[in-house]
Amino acid sequence: MKLLGFIIVCLTGTLLLYGTGEFPDWGDPNSPASIHLSNYYIEKAVEQTQVPNLVTAVLADYRGFDTMFETAVIFCAGLACFLLLRDFREKKERFYRHVPTGVILHVKSGKKVLKTGKEFEHMDKDWVPSDLIIKTVCRILIPFIQIYAMYVVAHGDFSPGGGFQGGVIFGSSLILLAISYDLKTLLKRVKEKVLGIYAALGVLIYVGIAAICMPMGGNFLDYAALAPLVWDPHHVRALGMLGVEIGVGIAVTAVMAIIYINIVSEGRHDEGL
Amino acid sequence: MTDLLALIVAKYNYWLYVILMMIGLYAMIAKNNLIKKLVGMNIFQTAIILFYVSIGYKRDATIPIIQSAHGGNDALAAIIHAADYINPLPHVLMLTAIVVSVATFGVAMALAVRIYQRYQTLEEDEIRMRLVDIGQEK
Amino acid sequence: MHWPIDLIVLTFVIFCAIAAISVKDLLGTAILFGAYSFMMCLLWAVMGAVDVAFTEASVGAGVSTVFFVAAVFSTSRRTKD
Repeated sequence: MKLLGFIIVCLTGTLLLYGTGEFPDWGDPNSPASIHLSNYYIEKAVEQTQVPNLVTAVLADYRGFDTMFETAVIFCAGLACFLLLRDFREKKERFYRHVPTGVILHVKSGKKVLKTGKEFEHMDKDWVPSDLIIKTVCRILIPFIQIYAMYVVAHGDFSPGGGFQGGVIFGSSLILLAISYDLKTLLKRVKEKVLGIYAALGVLIYVGIAAICMPMGGNFLDYAALAPLVWDPHHVRALGMLGVEIGVGIAVTAVMAIIYINIVSEGRHDEGL
Repeated sequence: MTDLLALIVAKYNYWLYVILMMIGLYAMIAKNNLIKKLVGMNIFQTAIILFYVSIGYKRDATIPIIQSAHGGNDALAAIIHAADYINPLPHVLMLTAIVVSVATFGVAMALAVRIYQRYQTLEEDEIRMRLVDIGQEK
Repeated sequence: MHWPIDLIVLTFVIFCAIAAISVKDLLGTAILFGAYSFMMCLLWAVMGAVDVAFTEASVGAGVSTVFFVAAVFSTSRRTKD
């Protein structure tokens, strides 16, 4: 099998290497990829959309249809992870730990539930005592990471960034909370239903802003038709792009957290890394 | 000889990208472990993204963010020459490709965890043997 | 663009890729995969694709490595080949 794979790879590689003989030189300004449409985007984007970052302008305005379906793909990935792994069966046995003395109680039937508070705390089978240094440092860092994520989303028009990057950073801050404390802390703060609603809300914001343009007289995704609704009609396309990027960020945040929670606990939402 | 040297200097980066793609393809075909196959798929995807992004590069050009538009004074905007800025179109298409690649990676990891729960192994030949056993029992 | 940077980083990338698929311990594969992602991000930053580099840095070195380690934690860590 390995020999067959090696032969196939060598044949394909030789074919591709033979094809590179026809390619234009690297860095050539007159290569066919750089002379037809992208010159129009570079020269006209600022005067039509008032957005200096050309990549965001093309991504959210000229090619906004692709970005809408990319957001739908992310939502479907989160949905697929949830449907594959989620396990709703009741837990049979529980563990409790008496905090002053360290004695561990193992309750086998599922009916009796002890109240947890100052004296008893929940435990898992692979319980590891949380480290004080990691808990304190992460607790201080997480709000700053979230502010940075919102900054990246808001400044997507002027510097490298945008909705997707900010959404991933915000999702990483939630994953950091789950890793440094434990999974139950994250699930108490951000419930599973809320995450699912946010994921769908992000896609709805995107499609909603695009669809509102149609009753106002323009085409689908034509932000210029929204001019009567905003406070600054000269920058209406930049504001439409900002709203759309916020939708993408919300959807990506929720989906990253959903995928992590389901993979690390194998769907049971009880223990974790 | 100088002709060959000129050819190598002009095209060496395309050859290295093709080598990277072939490493990914080999890992997808020939490795037994499911997670190694997944790593191979991701190497293939990022090598293709690298190839596309390198198409948009122009010599002596700067990043595609227009400096003179900051400050809000649009009437005095300078004339923008297209040859001064790197082509932004491959960057846009490859952003979507990276996003789709991470979504596929997440779903594939969920599938791998499910397969392990069912068959207690991640090696492809052992899974095939257990599938045959289950088929023969019925 | 300065060609020595390009050549050296591309060589590192190829070494990381070959090492990531040959190691027998899946946790080592996860770390080498994160290093491969980071080298790719450097390449794109040098080529002027700053948005793509930003996305790859946040996705590859952040979220993708965490998913990989979480999946290895839920399944087995050794592999035979």
